[in-house]
Amino acid sequence: MSEDVTLPLLQITEPGAAPEQTEDAPQAVAVGIDLGTTNSVIAVSRDGQPKVLEDDNGEALVPSVVAYAPDGSAIVGGLAKRLLLDRPESVVSSIKRLMGRGPEDVKSLAGVMPFEIEPYQEGETGMVRINVMGHRKTPVQVSADILTALKEMAEDQAGQAVEKAVITVPAYFDDAARTATKDAAKLAGLEVLRLINEPTAAALAYGLDQGAEGLYAIYDLGGGTFDISLLKMEKGVFQVKATGGDAALGGDDFDHAVAEYFLTERAKTLGEANLTRDEVKVALMTGRLAKECLTHEDSGEWVLESGGQTSKHALTRGDFENLIDAFVDRTLTICGHVLEDAGVSPSDVKGVVLVGGSTRVPLVRKKVEAFFGSEPLANIDPDKVVAVGAALQAEALTVGSDTLLLDVTPLSLGLETMGEMVEKVIHRNTPIPVAKAQEFTTYQDGQTAMMIHVVQGEREMVDQCRSLARFTLRGIPPMTAGAARIRVTFQVDADGLLTVSAREETTGVEQMVEVKPSYGLDEDEMANMLRDSMVHAKDDMQERLLAESRVEASRVLNAVVAALQVDGDLLSQEERETVDAAISALDAAIKGKQRETIDAAVDKLDKETQVFAERRMDRGIRSALSGVELDTLEQKITEE
Amino acid sequence: MTEIMHGQVEEQKESKAAVRVVPCWSCKGPVREGSPFCQTCKSVQPPGQVDHFTRFGLVPRFRVDVNALERQYFDLQRLLHPDRFVTKSGKEKTLSQLQATSLNEAYETLKNPLRRADYLMHLHGTDVLPNGCNLVNDQELLMEAMEMREALLEADSLEAVDQVGKQAADDIAECISALECSFADKDWETACRLTTRLKYLTKMADETKAHRNKLKSMS
Repeated sequence: MSEDVTLPLLQITEPGAAPEQTEDAPQAVAVGIDLGTTNSVIAVSRDGQPKVLEDDNGEALVPSVVAYAPDGSAIVGGLAKRLLLDRPESVVSSIKRLMGRGPEDVKSLAGVMPFEIEPYQEGETGMVRINVMGHRKTPVQVSADILTALKEMAEDQAGQAVEKAVITVPAYFDDAARTATKDAAKLAGLEVLRLINEPTAAALAYGLDQGAEGLYAIYDLGGGTFDISLLKMEKGVFQVKATGGDAALGGDDFDHAVAEYFLTERAKTLGEANLTRDEVKVALMTGRLAKECLTHEDSGEWVLESGGQTSKHALTRGDFENLIDAFVDRTLTICGHVLEDAGVSPSDVKGVVLVGGSTRVPLVRKKVEAFFGSEPLANIDPDKVVAVGAALQAEALTVGSDTLLLDVTPLSLGLETMGEMVEKVIHRNTPIPVAKAQEFTTYQDGQTAMMIHVVQGEREMVDQCRSLARFTLRGIPPMTAGAARIRVTFQVDADGLLTVSAREETTGVEQMVEVKPSYGLDEDEMANMLRDSMVHAKDDMQERLLAESRVEASRVLNAVVAALQVDGDLLSQEERETVDAAISALDAAIKGKQRETIDAAVDKLDKETQVFAERRMDRGIRSALSGVELDTLEQKITEE
Repeated sequence: MTEIMHGQVEEQKESKAAVRVVPCWSCKGPVREGSPFCQTCKSVQPPGQVDHFTRFGLVPRFRVDVNALERQYFDLQRLLHPDRFVTKSGKEKTLSQLQATSLNEAYETLKNPLRRADYLMHLHGTDVLPNGCNLVNDQELLMEAMEMREALLEADSLEAVDQVGKQAADDIAECISALECSFADKDWETACRLTTRLKYLTKMADETKAHRNKLKSMS
């Protein structure tokens, strides 16, 4: 059916052309970061060779644990993790579970939460805030501390500044959690080139590094999140067919189950005891140690110490598997749904890739193998594969590449309608970027404002979905009820982030939209944090603006040079000299460091080429009318 | 078949006559409207108001080679996806997002027979989805839909549901080939009726799947 394809509109530029480089700025290295619940990993790729960075002790896995000193300074990683047993009150772990979430999402053990939740303050968004060592922290700030530590580690090793990163998020992260992740990067002074989904990053690593082709399932069970993505990988195209998961299901739940079991046993002999928050942290840590041990051993014994009393607890692998069986089954139920969404059966799947530390648990491997009917792949270390994929993508985005990554929205996006029902605007598994519009009208005469509630999820009722934000539209021209036509547009970008805009169609007035994120940070809070964080000092801002001006100036310069090559004959010698002078001036300005000079030179070149542009348009329209251009085009098509 | 081919050539001529030249936002020179890139300065252009078929260089018609469409979709996304514009200026980033969004919309519409049929009817001036074609008040169609629903309600074993599912799949295939003929013949009324039928059938197929899962989870 090749006769169907009549050929692309005109010529097409080189894909992935390398970006312009200015002389005094060496190509900054872009990193890939897997910001995990339990551990974080940072990797760099050069010439398609990804390398996972290691700390001074040769550890690639940096525990996502932060210890705070009374003065608020942060210690991140292995050292902080060791402090967990001695000084649990100063240590925060598994903060990822709270990204973009409210206090009601914090999971308790024996009725006690491992975080000290701060009371809600008037005017704040619903994002949970915790207290550590007397400091009020958002999960965004704690995550920013982890990112800062990773950034510094990379800078030490690269011997240069690291400012750009691809950061991975669970595919099933909702908009609030994604935004929180991006905000954390901003606080850490990192420009996020792209947020990519963890299973997609893993697929990228397998596809590019291991040459995997066909339909693959990526089973990603991390510390706090579960994702399953189905991808078609073919000739450098990574197309996500469907994705699903649970943003609150992971290895942490295994630790919880074991800790809960130990505590129940303990209560039988020592009686019920009210646990302190710190004792809860220790119990969870013990549960975790037991889990890790039972991955290799058939049985073991652990000691719990609290309130001056110790208790001993034995556990076999069989006992452990009974404790976590339901969790593993839940992941497989989700796998089933995703296969069905994609309209395929397990036998259509060519291979299953294991990602995430929790896939080390033998029961997980056994059950995944039984479900898909094939032995899962784990050639690349499940703890590092996501960071490797992120690093490969960071290189592809900055240096250029032929690889194409097509992802989808994990959850449906909708609006609250009458009767607290949800009207879906964008359905789950829709390829991104995507934009969809919906029309609304006023229900009262003279109504000038309207409230819009944006939710995310698959259920039909508002309270069963996740609230993302409330928007108030103002400035609707007063009309009779039902006469106004307000078009609300949902747009999801390549990072999977949603923006909403609104327009009154009969008058064409763009509406003012006030955003109140339900679980995010509003603009003021973000601005305050940026000011406080210091990393984002004024110099940084100036640097960024200068870089932006340079990119824009190079664009203008290249455009004019290209135009001169094609239509240079439209200028007299004198005119040409004027334009050339403006070009040289701009070229010199770009190499300098004055943003104002660059911007002025751009304006000057714009002005000097105005007549040239008009003549080019005249020529273009004339030749289109005479059909000359079309004839040559047709010729080209037949030649091909 | 020759008639169909003839019809195509005419449509192609029509679309060519409509070619307009607009100024490139970047180098200010002439660009053919709808072209994704400026041929002079290579800057990405706004997606423009072209129909989904034209976006893929296709003639608007029901028969589409979905594999060729997918290849074309990948080729264009390789050039236009925002991942290609990470180091470019803000304006270029925005335009690439708009381009990629338009491509996704066009691809999702054209690859699915129901959405494609609905879109062709829309181009012709009749909206079929979501409520069915208002030109059609078809007793036969209503009876068919009711009978299928009854059959599904009565299906209490996996085998029985599969039987209904197979019937729906066969009907869908038959309906699609009938649509090919009516669109080729420009028989809009029949096409509209068949599009409405395809909508019912697709819905039935989905419900069958849901019913099957329910039975399976109960057993």
